[in-house]
Amino acid sequence: MNVNYMVSLIAVIVLFLLAYVGVEAAGLQFLFGIIVPYLAVIAFIGGVIYRIVDWARSPVPFRITTTGGQQKSLPWIQPAQFDNPSTTAGVIVRMALEILFFRSLFRNTSAHLDKAGKLSYIWEKWLWLGALAFHYAFLTVLVRHLRFFTEPVPLPVKLLETLDGFLQIGIPVIQLSGVVLLAAALFLLLRRVLIPQVKYISLAADFFPIFLLIGIALTGILMRYFTKINVIAAKELAMGLVTFHPSIPQGGIGGIFYVHLFFVCILLAYFPFSKLMHMGGIFLSPTRNMPGNTRAIRHVNPWNYPVKVHTYEEYEDEFREKMIEAGLPVEKE
Amino acid sequence: MSDLPKSDDLLSKIDPRPPAKSWMDTPVNIRKGMYCYASNPKSVEYVGLPHARAWNPLEEDWNLPENWKEIIYEGFRERLDKFRSFKVFMDICVRCGACADKCHFFIGTGDPKNMPVLRAELLRSVYRNDFTTAGRIMGKMAGAREMTVDVLKEWWYYFFQCTECRRCSVFCPYGIDTAEITMMGRELLNLLGLNIDWIATPVANCYRTGNHLGIQPHAFKDMIDFFVDDIEEITGVRVEPSINKKGADILFITPSGDVFADPGTYTCMGYLMLFHFLKEKYGFDITWSTYASEGGNFGSFTSHEMMKRLNAKMFAEARRLDVKWILGGECGHMWRVIHQYMDTLNGPADFLEVPVSPITGTRFENAKSTKMVHIAEFTADLIKHGKLDLNPGRNDNLRVTFHDSCNPSRGMGMFEEPRYIIKNVCNYFHDMPANTIREQTFCCGSGAGLNAGEDMELRMVGGLPRANAVKHVHEKYDVNMLACVCAIDRAALPPLMEYWVPEVGVTGLHELVANALILPGEGERTTDLRGEPLPGMEGDDAEE
Ligand code: SF4
Ligand code: SF4
Repeated sequence: MNVNYMVSLIAVIVLFLLAYVGVEAAGLQFLFGIIVPYLAVIAFIGGVIYRIVDWARSPVPFRITTTGGQQKSLPWIQPAQFDNPSTTAGVIVRMALEILFFRSLFRNTSAHLDKAGKLSYIWEKWLWLGALAFHYAFLTVLVRHLRFFTEPVPLPVKLLETLDGFLQIGIPVIQLSGVVLLAAALFLLLRRVLIPQVKYISLAADFFPIFLLIGIALTGILMRYFTKINVIAAKELAMGLVTFHPSIPQGGIGGIFYVHLFFVCILLAYFPFSKLMHMGGIFLSPTRNMPGNTRAIRHVNPWNYPVKVHTYEEYEDEFREKMIEAGLPVEKE
Repeated sequence: MSDLPKSDDLLSKIDPRPPAKSWMDTPVNIRKGMYCYASNPKSVEYVGLPHARAWNPLEEDWNLPENWKEIIYEGFRERLDKFRSFKVFMDICVRCGACADKCHFFIGTGDPKNMPVLRAELLRSVYRNDFTTAGRIMGKMAGAREMTVDVLKEWWYYFFQCTECRRCSVFCPYGIDTAEITMMGRELLNLLGLNIDWIATPVANCYRTGNHLGIQPHAFKDMIDFFVDDIEEITGVRVEPSINKKGADILFITPSGDVFADPGTYTCMGYLMLFHFLKEKYGFDITWSTYASEGGNFGSFTSHEMMKRLNAKMFAEARRLDVKWILGGECGHMWRVIHQYMDTLNGPADFLEVPVSPITGTRFENAKSTKMVHIAEFTADLIKHGKLDLNPGRNDNLRVTFHDSCNPSRGMGMFEEPRYIIKNVCNYFHDMPANTIREQTFCCGSGAGLNAGEDMELRMVGGLPRANAVKHVHEKYDVNMLACVCAIDRAALPPLMEYWVPEVGVTGLHELVANALILPGEGERTTDLRGEPLPGMEGDDAEE
């Protein structure tokens, strides 16, 4: 039994119970429906800004691009404009490819050493696929949820919803994104548990957000297809929150809804102080967001300082005689 | 080297399965053959680095300064404030593991702490403990741990088991560069005087004499004269290199390894012959320097400051000799420094001109600020314009493959230039498999200062993926020569080949060029630069 994922799993279960019991038994709707969400959003926005500013405060002394293709050198050699960009436009494309398509992860291989002592490298697409599915499903679910926070619901959100629900198996329509999100999160979890090296490097901080997300996806699916909550009331609560006229709707929405909301709040508040900040950090990664053109355009280090060097004069002073003897030119005879 | 296990035994020992116990609870085991000797205090002292003293990695007590924890803490904080890369890389790793089996040291040892992600976690765990709220409160649960002597020893062992090759960075979805983290780790260790001697002594030598090997100016000249004699013997042409000559067109700087150790020496002869050709044919005047007689920069394996102190000589000498621009020889990390750091550290080089090859008229736009051109770029341009007289048939005894050195690959992107040259001076060229070349190239296993004698096992396991790919083309295409553009490669790859693929030799690019190059007025050549018979000349004695 691995303590890291047990602790994370238990933490998520405790959070579940807190919200469920809090609402169902103690009637703390106001706390879990209004106070916690506001606090979470404040923590999220404040935290993200704090982290980005904190990173940005540290300068970028050197242009340390990791070059992933041919440099731009001689005019007849085709440079890899995106993998080794020499212009800002190239950098933008490189970053877009990273952020939208996880290009570096796409390269992933896994190394195998066979009995005969031969190494081979097999294209390992599953992590890339799983990660891509996970992030895009998450984004879709997020955008879909805008329907709770807008009146009238903007057309793109409606369109996305239709698209997302094209698999019309029954009533209610199955929203693909939720299912994919759950499946991808489970895949990422299984990977962490089953691949020995990945398990070895995983911390509780790696399991906790996955369990939390699985919790969010599960409660969402539960509400949508099984327990059937009062959607009108949920929207009323959401609209109240975004218009700053918060109120707990009459009629009740059900404990599972509050659990779902509470999980999301925890995720929001946890986000800035965890590895989930990779979302912001990738934009600031100096190996990716700079062109590889330091020989063409000088990069300035704001804290560059003079250092002690061994000057030519000192050098000649030490070796002058030997230099003269060897017939090497000197400054001072 | 006698302790080195046989290659088959070494192979069968590799076990990538991690132990059951958490890595934080597994103290470091500093193992013979896998580490380099401690820095010589004289060398540390010579360049004025702190805490020079004798110490031994195998002993319990490393004679650390009283306040060592404070020094590390302050040093850590300072670097977080100075390097965004460091700060961001400390925070955003998601431990996806994509980098894990990209590291040649992990592939070759199976030691989990050689997974780039864990190598970085060695620092990150302390970072979390000392600099993050979550780490302070949640401790081990948040992946935090306190700085202890054991942790420090672990840092030393594993940051000197990383060759700063950056292969991990290519595969990381956020570009996290463990080489950058290793550089920071080594800077911190150096604050306590914990360097390895294969770095510390070259640094001191380079500072004093201008090159790693500590060659003094007259000895440098002697070596060059020696090559001149050899070249005359082989070609019948006496080349006349300039050294420390003021007002030459350009200054040439190459790693000193080329001047002193085979097979780099043949590459050095290659430069001399090429320069002679250019002088005779086009009046192009190139000078060498004894003061700046080192391209490589072991300072970069020590600290950014030391890198700057050693690199400063290049611009200073170019200014003193009043040349137009600088040409750089075949070297790996030298080019990482020149391409990504030099202009920032010691520029602007506004006393030099934008490099233009007067022979072809090509303006090297890509080097217009740093004013330093790579010799492969320079030679490729000459060949493209038909300015060299070449007879590639003289390399017909060679079936060549090319090893992309880490730094010109992932810190520059020089892939086509050397291949273009090889294809023009050799008739048989075969690339290794795609996953082992270009930006995915594998390290020689001895980079970043690790090519000592005492860590031979580390070097052999680290070089395994490279050797394995060479073996593949050796078996498939009969490849018998491994070309490279790096002096450390030329020193490190021969023993590596000897160990894993004994039938393959190692050569620099310009050795191949010089074999093919027809010098004006040369006599009939019967041997190549190594004194081996040229193809078609083997039978001189045994002619029927
Ligand atoms: S690939 Fe990058 S994010 Fe993934 S474990 Fe390695 S360093 Fe961390
Ligand atoms: S830089 Fe190279 S040696 Fe260092 S951890 Fe990354 S892959 Fe391994």
